[in-house]
Amino acid sequence: MAINVFYFLVFPGLLFTAIAGAFLSWFDRKITARVQFRKGPPVFQPFYDFFKLLLVKETILPKYGSPVIFLLAPVFAVFGAVMAGVFILLPLLNITTGFRGDLIVIFYLLTIPSFSYIIGALASGNPLAAVGGSREMKLIMSYELTFLLVIAGIIMKCGQHFDLSSIIQVQQAGSPFIGSISGVLLFIVAIFCIQAKLALVPFDMPEAEAEITEGIFIEYSGAAYALIKLAKYIMFFILPAFLVALFMNGFRIEGTGILWAVLKIFAVVLIMTLIRNTNPRVKIKQAIRFFAIWMNLVAIVAIIIIAFGY
Amino acid sequence: MGFKNFCFKKSLWVFHFGGASCNNCDIEILDCLTPRHDLERFGILLVGSIRHADVLLVNGAINKRDKERLLEIYNQAPKPILVVAIGACGCTGGYFTESYTFAGPVDKIIPVNAYVPGCPPKPEAIIAGIVKLVENS
Repeated sequence: MAINVFYFLVFPGLLFTAIAGAFLSWFDRKITARVQFRKGPPVFQPFYDFFKLLLVKETILPKYGSPVIFLLAPVFAVFGAVMAGVFILLPLLNITTGFRGDLIVIFYLLTIPSFSYIIGALASGNPLAAVGGSREMKLIMSYELTFLLVIAGIIMKCGQHFDLSSIIQVQQAGSPFIGSISGVLLFIVAIFCIQAKLALVPFDMPEAEAEITEGIFIEYSGAAYALIKLAKYIMFFILPAFLVALFMNGFRIEGTGILWAVLKIFAVVLIMTLIRNTNPRVKIKQAIRFFAIWMNLVAIVAIIIIAFGY
Repeated sequence: MGFKNFCFKKSLWVFHFGGASCNNCDIEILDCLTPRHDLERFGILLVGSIRHADVLLVNGAINKRDKERLLEIYNQAPKPILVVAIGACGCTGGYFTESYTFAGPVDKIIPVNAYVPGCPPKPEAIIAGIVKLVENS
């Protein structure tokens, strides 16, 4: 029991994912700054932002809305992100092997943050937040099926294993899945899916700051917004870690394996950052069409290639 | 208190309120965020919603209609919030002081923490003003 609390709160859980995610979020901002020929923020900038929001600023409750749900939504978001992080990182770090079918649990836990943002946005009673919430809902509907197809492809490729640790073991015994044609196709689709899950730029219409001024987060301030930032940091670490587990044979925590693990995470985050810096924001209609037709098509082609054994 | 104040100084998020402005100060404020001056080095970001802001930049002459909006924006902001008046019109009223629609300079309406005069002030002057604000807050 005590070890489970430790897993949840400290090592692969809340504290570790928050620190790693804050650091990756600094990396993202620094790369963005370098792409635009700027200097960029200092290393501890995400920590300053978080503690400023948590400790200094006042939390304002909406007048026309539901204050309880408005305040509970960020807590749910952090809870879902941390639970997903624990289920992903325990097999990834070889601490325990998880259980049969934990891939499905991870898949559903990863949607909890997005759903809680929608609930919080609709509870705030702000029309712009409602627009953002509706866009986030459409975005979820468009990328979830594609993400499920990616996971189905991975399950087929590793030989009908439904748990993350078996997928990692199959890759470590053979070769990483990204080394094959179908693996590359699935990886491209998965990168776009997590881009949409994190609401990064080509798919950031729920929080488009230029047109609907942060959209779903418009009414949040102070400690509640700090919790949302925390959930975003955690998601920024666990989704690249999930991709590393699915495609790049996970981590080996020994010797130079630790360096490789860090480099793999940085590589995935670098791809995401470069995509977000070289693309404009698309309309929600274009995003739905992009996922529903093109990305699903690529995923199905990849699954057919897997069925032929490549 | 030391740690809280340190974090606050290191991450000032800026909300920009333009009154009845001639747009020169707006352009100079945006210049501060461009690659040449890059205020993100100091953790300063431009945010879209007043709920996330730590600094309220006000520029332009405040006329009678702007006064209500400015008061509403100021009351919606989470405290503590710092207010900076940018440009001659924000600080004193400048050219529009005698106008019949003028509703007083910014500091007659809301408390102001720093003034950056100039018509328009250079981006360097705005950065110097924000540095002084951070040092004294």
